[in-house]
Amino acid sequence: MNFPLTGAIDCDIHPAVPSTQDLTPYLDGYWREMCVLRQLDRMDLMSYPPNAPLSGRSDWRPERGNPGTDFEMLRAQALDHFGARFAICNCLHGAQALHDENMAAAFCRAVNDWLREKWLDRDTRLRASITVPAQNPDFAVNEIERVASDRRFVQVLLLSRNDMPLGRRYYWPIYEAAIRHKLPIGVHAGSMARHAPTQNGYPSHFVEDYIAQSQAFAVQVASLVSEGVFAKFPELKVVLIESGVTWLPAMIWRFGKDWRGVRPEIPWVKETPASIIRDHFRLTMQPFDAPPTSADVQRILDHLGSEDILLFSTDYPHWQFDGDSVLPSGIPESTLQKLLVDNALRTYPRLGEVVQ
Amino acid sequence: MSVHSVVEAGREAKSPDRARHGVVDCDVHPAPALPSELAPFLSERWRKHIQNYGIRLAGQPTTAMVPYPRMAPGNGMRMDSWPPNGGFPASDLDFMRQQLLDACNIEFGILQPLTGGSTTTNLELGAAICQATNEWQLEKWTRRDQRLKAAICVPQEDPETAVALIDRYAANRDFAHIAIPTRTMEPFGRKRYWPIFEAAERHDLPICMHAPAFGYHCNTPTGWVSYYIEEHVAFANPPQTVITSLIFEGVLERFPRLKIVLVEGGFAWAPPLAWRMDNHWSRMRDEVPQVKRPPSQYLRQNFWFTTQPIEEPERPAELLDTIRWMGAGRLMFSTDYPHWDFDDPARTFNYGLSEKDREAIFRGNAISLFRLHGE
Repeated sequence: MNFPLTGAIDCDIHPAVPSTQDLTPYLDGYWREMCVLRQLDRMDLMSYPPNAPLSGRSDWRPERGNPGTDFEMLRAQALDHFGARFAICNCLHGAQALHDENMAAAFCRAVNDWLREKWLDRDTRLRASITVPAQNPDFAVNEIERVASDRRFVQVLLLSRNDMPLGRRYYWPIYEAAIRHKLPIGVHAGSMARHAPTQNGYPSHFVEDYIAQSQAFAVQVASLVSEGVFAKFPELKVVLIESGVTWLPAMIWRFGKDWRGVRPEIPWVKETPASIIRDHFRLTMQPFDAPPTSADVQRILDHLGSEDILLFSTDYPHWQFDGDSVLPSGIPESTLQKLLVDNALRTYPRLGEVVQ
Repeated sequence: MSVHSVVEAGREAKSPDRARHGVVDCDVHPAPALPSELAPFLSERWRKHIQNYGIRLAGQPTTAMVPYPRMAPGNGMRMDSWPPNGGFPASDLDFMRQQLLDACNIEFGILQPLTGGSTTTNLELGAAICQATNEWQLEKWTRRDQRLKAAICVPQEDPETAVALIDRYAANRDFAHIAIPTRTMEPFGRKRYWPIFEAAERHDLPICMHAPAFGYHCNTPTGWVSYYIEEHVAFANPPQTVITSLIFEGVLERFPRLKIVLVEGGFAWAPPLAWRMDNHWSRMRDEVPQVKRPPSQYLRQNFWFTTQPIEEPERPAELLDTIRWMGAGRLMFSTDYPHWDFDDPARTFNYGLSEKDREAIFRGNAISLFRLHGE
């Protein structure tokens, strides 16, 4: 593999808010006062404790501050080094998980405005997802409406573990707004911490919790399909971000078999889950959770049954690979144009636009 | 030619080997003909308790139905499995012989009773139901047909009582395993369960973990799903948590001879889970110093999987990749009789398994794991 992968579209990088103080210019007077009074600080999402190995590769950690807080580092290490044409900023923030939906809305607003000024305005290669308060879909829609006119926002960002499965009608207004603005829905690994991470309660270790994220993604895929979201919104695309990749074929096989057995329960699902999933879902490629050999990676690609569903990502600054091994070995050269560029352009209509 | 005779013809044509040796079915669900059938094995106190308060289960919105009603009567039974003489599917030994044991040439059937003792919220009642279920299996099933092997049902949330029941029945070779549901109250590797592992290892009994319809927590990490199909897809999740927890808590370093069988949870997810565990362990192993080797190594040493419901790729032969990644030694055939998604051994894995793998999956692995031919 030759580097840089000039012109690749990196569909998952993580600028991070250094501290709540950085957001105060974007909060109104009430919330500024609350920040002081209620000590609203350190809002890093518990799914990514800043010092955990996952949250920052050692050579991608700034000398001071949390991983992803240094613009120059990100520019050099993610954009320049990998030769990105575009990179999509997914800013993970505690605002997405707060119980107070008013507080959540205020901080999501601040995160988006901060992202626009401190990141998007500083490099024309940067694009971003809209961080929304999914705690209250009406508020989420308001936020989409507020920022969608800035065409550099290319996606709506949700977490993988929420109050309810994402197929529930409760969330449909978000999907309607996303389609209206040509935005796919991105579902990123992360938790609102509403329910135990597993059906068996709380595992002892962070690494177990993170491994179990693939279960949450499988649940969301089954929910979005079974609830009829794609029958209602045929244009909708959903990007699973930092979900892992290799778990998907087995899930499709199980889901497809169950659908053949009990499909009268969900008569609005008229095609096989496999075909709906290939039409509507995309997955970013870090982590891939690859099998040990190149030949087996190729078998997994065959099992996925489509070259159109994978999107290149570095997951910068999260530690998913060492050195330049950003693509699992075994990815055929013939698929690279799709994986690095074309699939992203088809998934994110706004990437193809000329931004003024 | 009737449908039945077509199936019979297919069976004879496709499985001459199994006709000679028989098949071990690792997931047979014996049922009481009526709920009252367990009553003679319960004390007066618990008979009255059940009559007045029922068997309370976590996450159960209504008294009589499962939370996600199935798409066939009897909570998802095969439509043809209702015994002609009455009673619940798989409650009549003669009809089970005719429909399953003889028809499918079952050499041994491993019983997985689902009577609720291990999932009720009242631990004392749970212990009483487990005890009653153990005695009922002996009297109604294993003493009457030597092909059937019983489960030592235990209330795993009360490990002291669970160990007492294991110690009581382990020497009786009519019992082939310890039955515990995959949806335990805590991840299964946590310390509270370790006395059970000590007993299982001491008696060299595998622990069979079956997906239950009830659990102590929300049925997904993102809230309750709406539909049975989603619940059933998510049944593949607790066995993944069982594996991850047992490995990352260091249980398999402390109890290296522990044998865990994941029943009715599927298996195609196991190789990707192994890759994912190895991948993330490699960078965060400082959090879990008790894990001495790559997680996939424990997976290949301490875990087995029953086959039904087999994941079905659009191109069936892709499952051969899965079997190659797992090793055929990890898989044991099961029918799940009398549930709706029953697998007939004559029509399962008809896509290019080697004869050696076929023998291992349909018979050999289970004969040796459950010690069905003696010590």
